[in-house]
Amino acid sequence: MSLPTVVPLSWYLALSATLFVIGVIGVLVRRNALIIFMSIELMLNAANLAFVAFAQHHKSLDGQIFVFFVMTVAAAEVAIGLAIIVNVFRLKETVYVDEINLLKG
Amino acid sequence: MIPILFVAFALIVVGCALMVILHRNPVTSALFLVLSFCGLAGLYVLLQAEFLAMVQVIVYAGAIMVLFLFVIMYLNLKRDREDGMPFVLRRGVGWAVGLVLLAEGALLMARRWAPGPIDLSLPPAIGNTAAIGQTLYSRYLFPFEVTSILLLVAMVGAVLIGRGRTQPPPGGTAR
Repeated sequence: MSLPTVVPLSWYLALSATLFVIGVIGVLVRRNALIIFMSIELMLNAANLAFVAFAQHHKSLDGQIFVFFVMTVAAAEVAIGLAIIVNVFRLKETVYVDEINLLKG
Repeated sequence: MIPILFVAFALIVVGCALMVILHRNPVTSALFLVLSFCGLAGLYVLLQAEFLAMVQVIVYAGAIMVLFLFVIMYLNLKRDREDGMPFVLRRGVGWAVGLVLLAEGALLMARRWAPGPIDLSLPPAIGNTAAIGQTLYSRYLFPFEVTSILLLVAMVGAVLIGRGRTQPPPGGTAR
């Protein structure tokens, strides 16, 4: 098997798709809210990888700037989300999403 | 040499990501996520995005994952209990949906597609920090400033949510 000298764009896209699917499976399968959050981070990073791959392919900086913004939003989301999870844990003594059913009464 | 590095980093990223969603212990999951992010930083270096690689290590693997670990240890979570019929059912449905999504992506990639024309008017040497700074502070100045407001709002919100329920002062109204 002979490897190409440069990595084609499709390899990066395939890796990005795989990473995204792993994140989706994590959200669907796990019931721990923290693991679900980590899976969301995985999906955000899959999108980031696609951004950077396209930016390199088009010799443009815009994709990398977008990744910068995505990272900022992810940081804000994690801070808020973890605060909410801590609050829910104080209230319900659990982080399992199927045991958090306040609206169900 | 670069494809070999790509394959190595890709194996690290995918393997660690799988361990994140498969491992029962949340602390181990978080540490595998750190490893996965470090592999992604290596991929960014291969893609000539050195600044993003540094930010990935410092912000993601450093700050965000430390926050995760802090919360996991603060809540004192043990190994997840996942047993019984509903969990088996959910696991089956989750993996089935994931495999369908993966097959969909493979079908899309197998079709004829082209990533569009390459703009060669820009110099090919990209990814250095100076160029990103120039772009960020000229063309993307307004979104950059909006980002700072977003972070401020997130900080205030996290403090407000995270402080919990406070006892109302005697004679005063709550909050």
